[in-house]
Amino acid sequence: MNTQTLEQRPTAWERFKASHFLHSFRTDKVAIISFSVFLFFALAALFAPLIAPYDPYDPAMIDIMDSEIAPAWSEEGDERFALGTDAQGRDMLSTILYGTRVSLMIGICAVLMQAFLGVVIGLAAGYFGGRVDSILMRIADVQLSFSTMMVAIVVLALFQAAFGAELYAKLAIFMLIMVIGIAEWPQYARTVRASVLAEKHKEYVDAARVMGFKSRRIMWRHILPNTLSPILVISTVQVANAIISEASLSFLGLGMPVSEPSLGSLISSGFAYIFSGSWWITVIPGVVLVLLVLVMNLLGDWLRDVLNPKLYKG
Amino acid sequence: MALLEVKNLEVTFGLRQGAVKALRDVSFSIERGERIGIVGESGAGKSVAAFSILNLISRPGYISGGEVLFEGKDLTKLSPQEMRDIRGNRIAMIFQDPMMTLNPVLTLGQQMVECLKAHRKISTAEAREVALEKLRLVHIPSPETRIDQYPHELSGGMRQRIIIAIALLLDPPLIIADEPTTALDVTIQAEIMELLLELCDSQNVGLILITHDLGVVSQVTQKAVVMYAGRVIEQGPTKEIINDAQHPYTQGLINALPQQTLPGKRLNQIPGSMPSLQKIPTGCAFHPRCEFVIEPCSRELPGFTRSGGCSVACHMVKAMKEKAAAAG
Repeated sequence: MNTQTLEQRPTAWERFKASHFLHSFRTDKVAIISFSVFLFFALAALFAPLIAPYDPYDPAMIDIMDSEIAPAWSEEGDERFALGTDAQGRDMLSTILYGTRVSLMIGICAVLMQAFLGVVIGLAAGYFGGRVDSILMRIADVQLSFSTMMVAIVVLALFQAAFGAELYAKLAIFMLIMVIGIAEWPQYARTVRASVLAEKHKEYVDAARVMGFKSRRIMWRHILPNTLSPILVISTVQVANAIISEASLSFLGLGMPVSEPSLGSLISSGFAYIFSGSWWITVIPGVVLVLLVLVMNLLGDWLRDVLNPKLYKG
Repeated sequence: MALLEVKNLEVTFGLRQGAVKALRDVSFSIERGERIGIVGESGAGKSVAAFSILNLISRPGYISGGEVLFEGKDLTKLSPQEMRDIRGNRIAMIFQDPMMTLNPVLTLGQQMVECLKAHRKISTAEAREVALEKLRLVHIPSPETRIDQYPHELSGGMRQRIIIAIALLLDPPLIIADEPTTALDVTIQAEIMELLLELCDSQNVGLILITHDLGVVSQVTQKAVVMYAGRVIEQGPTKEIINDAQHPYTQGLINALPQQTLPGKRLNQIPGSMPSLQKIPTGCAFHPRCEFVIEPCSRELPGFTRSGGCSVACHMVKAMKEKAAAAG
């Protein structure tokens, strides 16, 4: 027995420093690069109001005479606008910073929503089994048979038609989070249910029942923490998916309004000008979107390998 | 009044192929501070009996008859809330595999405090004190450090001690131990068994020991219950059963102990194996494997015959008793 551990418990931070998790992160170049890129985007998005040279939401700062200026490095560029301007004369850099912020927020909130619904339903289905399981999982199957895009398009289009574009513009973020969150919960529910089925026959669950705990307590405090690793892994992938869904919806004109653009609506707004030579309005936000989604997927892959070492990595 | 009295307990599993009775007509009782052993081969219904005492048979099984009287209350008729108050609090259970019984993601302290707080209104700090005291009771070295560790940081024997500590947390009058030493190293088995005994004695706890190890039963328990295919076939004082087993099955079990065989000889064994519960033979369930089969064995279910302090369900024993009575 290690005497050092007996004398003093390492603090949580020390344990983290010595963990396999951190070690495998340090030795994996892809993970380090992905995480750095992700952190860069996340921080840039978080502090957008501080670092952005212009406020793209403030019409007073926009001059239509500045529209469609190429990025600063090209011949027609203007030093004031590092990445050029869009068709309305907004600084692309600022707009992209704010757009990343909107995209990330929608992605993360939508996934929190999915995770909440999915975990509650998956836990109940897996733990109670029988008829509860059948009913909940059939609902999940039905939900999965409608594609996310179809549900989102129908709901958002109906909302826009019924309440008008103005109200829609105000509620767009909220609506997108709800729609993407509700459309994708079966992913979580299925994953959680499968893990719960595996966990619930282990003896510690019997032991918890023998100790006289309530079902709710056993589900949330004893089984759920043991199913966290698959939940974490699908979360990273799901955030990336949610960002893509949001971008697609925005591209179709059903997402964020042009006055408060996300990456998707920026790509969409520049699309009309791509053949007139103003490629940067579409391409730069597009590159940002692709990079963001790529690093999240790479991080998800790495996390899966770490949390599930038994998985054959071929 | 007995601490726990199981009367004609019957447990049925409703399977697609039809209802299967896993326990039939099981009766035994235990006093406070007494230790009884439930013995039998795998599949005899020992564990089902343990779980049905706590009313924790999972579907498709259910208690289809009989009573489980604990401190005068019939546990089969309590509401889920009342039953939860009994579990862990009044009747604790110790499982076979200490590697699996502790939740891997919670520290020992968290698990112990949680258990105390589920049954008593005490603060976390007080609960922690009680937990530490119980850890000392089971001779855990430096409990202040151990309490913040995770189960994977402990050895198997240490974990089984922790599990015993958890069972004793709320000072229950009855502990059910389902093969508590089977998964342990032989050298630790004796140690754990001794600890369990010592604690049951000092805390005046009743112990139901479920095992297939007759050696343990003979050393530890005062009464023994032998089960076969879901039925009790012989029960009585452990000494009498071990020294002078009446039922051919119990005799077979005792003869099968390696200590009963001379060096160089083949080990004795009971021919055949336990019948599937779906195809229990008519009459005495043991008759196809029994070497003393007489005429009514395959037809009639044997009733209990008194023999000394034991009761035995066997036609052959009954016939012999009758013959002896007629002669004497």
